[in-house]
Amino acid sequence: MDFTPFILSFKLAAITSLILFVVALPLAWFLSQTNSKTKPFIEALTALPIVLPPSVLGFYILWALSYNSPIGAFFEEYFNVQLVFSFTGLVIASCFYSLPFMVQPLQSGFESLNKNMLEASYLAGKSKMQTIFQVALPNIKPALLTAVIITFAHTVGEFGVVLMVGGSIEGETKVASVAIYEMVEIMDYKMAHIYSLFMITLSFVVLLSVYIFNAKHNRKFGLNR
Amino acid sequence: MINIDIKKELHGAHGVMPLDLAFSVKKGEFVALSGESGSGKTTLLRILAGLEKAEGSIDVNQEKWLDGANALPPQKRRIGFVFQEYALFENMTILQNLLFVAKDKALAKRLLEITELSQLQNRYPNTLSGGQKQRVSLCRAMMQRPTLLLLDEPLSALNPTMREKLQQEILTLHKEFHTTTIMVSHDPSEIYKLASRVIVLENGKIKEDGKTKEILLRTQGSQKFSFKGELLELKKVDVIFIAIVAIGQQIVEVVVSQTEVKHLKVGENVLLSTKAFQPSITPL
Repeated sequence: MDFTPFILSFKLAAITSLILFVVALPLAWFLSQTNSKTKPFIEALTALPIVLPPSVLGFYILWALSYNSPIGAFFEEYFNVQLVFSFTGLVIASCFYSLPFMVQPLQSGFESLNKNMLEASYLAGKSKMQTIFQVALPNIKPALLTAVIITFAHTVGEFGVVLMVGGSIEGETKVASVAIYEMVEIMDYKMAHIYSLFMITLSFVVLLSVYIFNAKHNRKFGLNR
Repeated sequence: MINIDIKKELHGAHGVMPLDLAFSVKKGEFVALSGESGSGKTTLLRILAGLEKAEGSIDVNQEKWLDGANALPPQKRRIGFVFQEYALFENMTILQNLLFVAKDKALAKRLLEITELSQLQNRYPNTLSGGQKQRVSLCRAMMQRPTLLLLDEPLSALNPTMREKLQQEILTLHKEFHTTTIMVSHDPSEIYKLASRVIVLENGKIKEDGKTKEILLRTQGSQKFSFKGELLELKKVDVIFIAIVAIGQQIVEVVVSQTEVKHLKVGENVLLSTKAFQPSITPL
């Protein structure tokens, strides 16, 4: 069995999750603390990838990153990086596609925090940064874990956008979901089964560990409800 | 010495209400802040802490905390704040909660001793009772040796026994550290025990400001006893009427005449008073 598609899938998911964590953390914090009138607009914009067909997202990302667009041309000319039909392109596409799955759990986690607790931290002389990392994040560990794992799993499971932006280049953009699709296409059902069952088992184990961790976390801090 | 002169528009249940307050607090003074809910007490505390915006001036020992609309951030004020609902850092143990504020182990140990929490220092907040949590919150507020200690109805969520114990601890801490303190409270006995001065707010303005004893012991005319209560029921028994009145936690029965009954309505607040009788006082 060739594991390259899986390794590619997990590499893509890991990089995407890492980038999104850095991007989504300040965004989720801002959304949770603000009463600004722009909030609903930003929220709607971040949630778009959930409701849009992957083909729409894929089409526009393809259009924006291709050599014919200023962005694509810029990267190709100055960094000699081709953004479409490459792994880099997949990472960019996945970041858009999975953004809401990182932002939303973090935001609702931050929103559930006792406001007075954060204020107590400010009154103790702690900056916003210190408060986020030492008070806010440790108190939303379940939400934090959910955000990271769901983003990771969602990226592993993506298909439409990946196919449109990446195509199916062996070892470069042919991730597990695309590989399975191709096996079905050529009617290699045996391999399709093996790959699919592998995906199901792995996904189940990952989700199970999230739920077990959350239950343990709640017991430790006396949060059993 | 703290000089306060602030203005702010509040949007309350009855439309816009201007908060307009000017007063001074002496160093080491213990002031109780009283008044109906919605009169601006909590807002005042939050403005003092820098958690809410206001216009005007707050001068604390020559330091400008508020000058026009320029406010010193809460981080730089060295305020001890005790919230009604504790607001402890739930991811930290009791000791870590204290040390997060200031890395002063000796002070943390001392405070935990005074409040009898030493045994619990390695527990997490959510495994403690309400009274214990509030004591931790009080200790945490004292950790940075605050210039000003603000207590926002700290004991209202606790049962009477726990309340008394905490009142004693607040008093002990105040005697030991001489921290200038402003406490929001509705409980006259609590105010009497702890505060030397009371400020009563009404609709965003100061209604009364004076020595605790003068304000709390005020009685009208020559009455010896007077209690505010709520009239729960009027019963007709033969030719007389009996009124059932709730005073604090107590329910009492009072005989009232036919003429008095005309002015009374069930559900209203009443003043129950008496002039000529010899009260007897016995220990419980």
